Amino acid sequence: MTSSSKPISNPSVWPGDPHNHAARRRWGRFVIWLLLILGASTMILPFLWMASSSLKDQLSVFMYPPQWLPNPPHFENYIDVFVVKPFHLYVRNTLYIVLMNEIAILWAASFCAYGFSRLEFWGRRFWFSVVIGTMMLPSVILIVPTFVLFSRLGWIDTYLPFIVPAFFGGGAFNIFLLTQFFRTLPQELADAARIDGCGELSIYARIVLPLAKPALATVAVFTFLNAWNDFIGPLLYLSTNEKYTVAMGLALFRGALLQTRWDLLMAAAVIMTVPVLILFFFAQRYFIEGVVMTGLKE
Amino acid sequence: MPVNPGWRTRLLPHTNRARRNLMGYLFIAPFLLGFLLWFLLPTATAIWMAFQDWNMMTPPRFIFLENFASLLRDELFWQSLKVTVIYTLFSVPLTMLLAFAVALLMNTKVRGIHFFRTLYYLPVVVPAVAGSILWAWILNTEFGFLNILLRAVGLPKVRWLVDPNLALFSLILVSLWGLGSTMVIYLAGLQGVPDVYYEAADIDGAGRWHKLRHITIPLMSPVIFFTLVMGIIGSFQVFTAGYLITGGGPDNATLFYVLHIYRTGFKNFHMGEAAALSWVLFVIIVALVAIIFKYIGGSVHYGGRES
Repeated sequence: MTSSSKPISNPSVWPGDPHNHAARRRWGRFVIWLLLILGASTMILPFLWMASSSLKDQLSVFMYPPQWLPNPPHFENYIDVFVVKPFHLYVRNTLYIVLMNEIAILWAASFCAYGFSRLEFWGRRFWFSVVIGTMMLPSVILIVPTFVLFSRLGWIDTYLPFIVPAFFGGGAFNIFLLTQFFRTLPQELADAARIDGCGELSIYARIVLPLAKPALATVAVFTFLNAWNDFIGPLLYLSTNEKYTVAMGLALFRGALLQTRWDLLMAAAVIMTVPVLILFFFAQRYFIEGVVMTGLKE
Repeated sequence: MPVNPGWRTRLLPHTNRARRNLMGYLFIAPFLLGFLLWFLLPTATAIWMAFQDWNMMTPPRFIFLENFASLLRDELFWQSLKVTVIYTLFSVPLTMLLAFAVALLMNTKVRGIHFFRTLYYLPVVVPAVAGSILWAWILNTEFGFLNILLRAVGLPKVRWLVDPNLALFSLILVSLWGLGSTMVIYLAGLQGVPDVYYEAADIDGAGRWHKLRHITIPLMSPVIFFTLVMGIIGSFQVFTAGYLITGGGPDNATLFYVLHIYRTGFKNFHMGEAAALSWVLFVIIVALVAIIFKYIGGSVHYGGRES
């Protein structure tokens, strides 16, 4: 652009030539791309190290230089994990909590969100600001009194602390997310249904819910993630080994053997991580949407 | 004038407005009940507990402010506060800065943006327990991956988790692994900046730095502000990394505030003091957020519209 005498597509121009715009931009793109690759490798390397360690034996985890591809790979680690700790029980228990949470939260959060987004009533704005307020509230400050409450109810060492509260609103974050989504749905459909004599309950169940599938999917994946990953809850409320969740089993795995078996620990960590990664790869869109929705809309 | 004096007209309110109100409260009833049961009730319990000497076994004894007085005398309280403040002071801005840099790089219409976004976001979904154990292994002094890398380039071993002066720094490093969630928010924000602003700046001959300083950052300021507030609230609640990677050690160097609450309440059974500690944390977070809103909130730019 600056010097018209120089042809832009001159092949002899070296990438660093500050006078050539196209080459400069290409060079810049390459640097950006290189930086991104470097950062992404830093993010991914721990995963590879985890997978690699999980296939080594007791001694080869300590070897220098390390083998990235263990030879032979010790796939039996993934069986030994279940011998040391009953992970099949942990998985079953966790899936039970996940399932109950999905039912509770998908119902309760969408029900409340319908009220906040589609109905006009006295005090709506106030209560919605309460929803947002509890969303910002640091939840850990209530763990001590909540523990006292649940122990008074006789809920210690049961799954009730993880399930029952979810039926009561399904979490402020989910109500907020669904309310925002319901607001974007066209009002005309509901109005037409109302003229036909449809009640609010059937508008909620038959019109709004089917239209809100993408947002409900977002809530569902986050519900899975939170229930599967939760650690403080099980740590406080569960005390019987057979009732533990995967997170609890993994956290206590380190002390289960006389010496730390990093190979087995990593295999157990892989077992806990893989379901989440699979879910993420299949439902990535919903993850990103959830994060972005709460991050961008005030 | 009731035309049909059946049960419907007797039970349901007559006016439209009253019926609408009833319907609205019916729908938000789960939330209202939950708010009452799992928020107001625990809050009231926590207020009561903070003034009691109570181990949950013997009857509680009213001691008024003694819990607060004794926690102020407790060295561990100050240590845990120091640890959490230092962690927040480094982890939150570093995460924001790196996430912003990565988002800027990604927003240059580079090839494979979705692929990169996936890779950077991946660590965010990893369970905290699995991630903590993985990092405990990577940062292991004798056989950890990071020290293997250092050895490969001829550097001495670093006692990442064993050295009291380094352990907290190591956990700050680990927290950066999760920058993906902030990055995704920034990236979405950047993609929402209209091109016309940049085109106008191009016409004015503005350089890259000027565009960043005078267009991108002002337009992104609500998003940046949001991640700052949520980042601080989140980092004051860090627990799992301290509990699993370092166990609060060495020498209480990574005794996070919530870990201190956990030990006070559920290991030593000083429930009253644990409740008092929770209140102090709440006041600190609220005060911090209020200060941020007062001093930084003013410089947030909402693109001309009221928010």
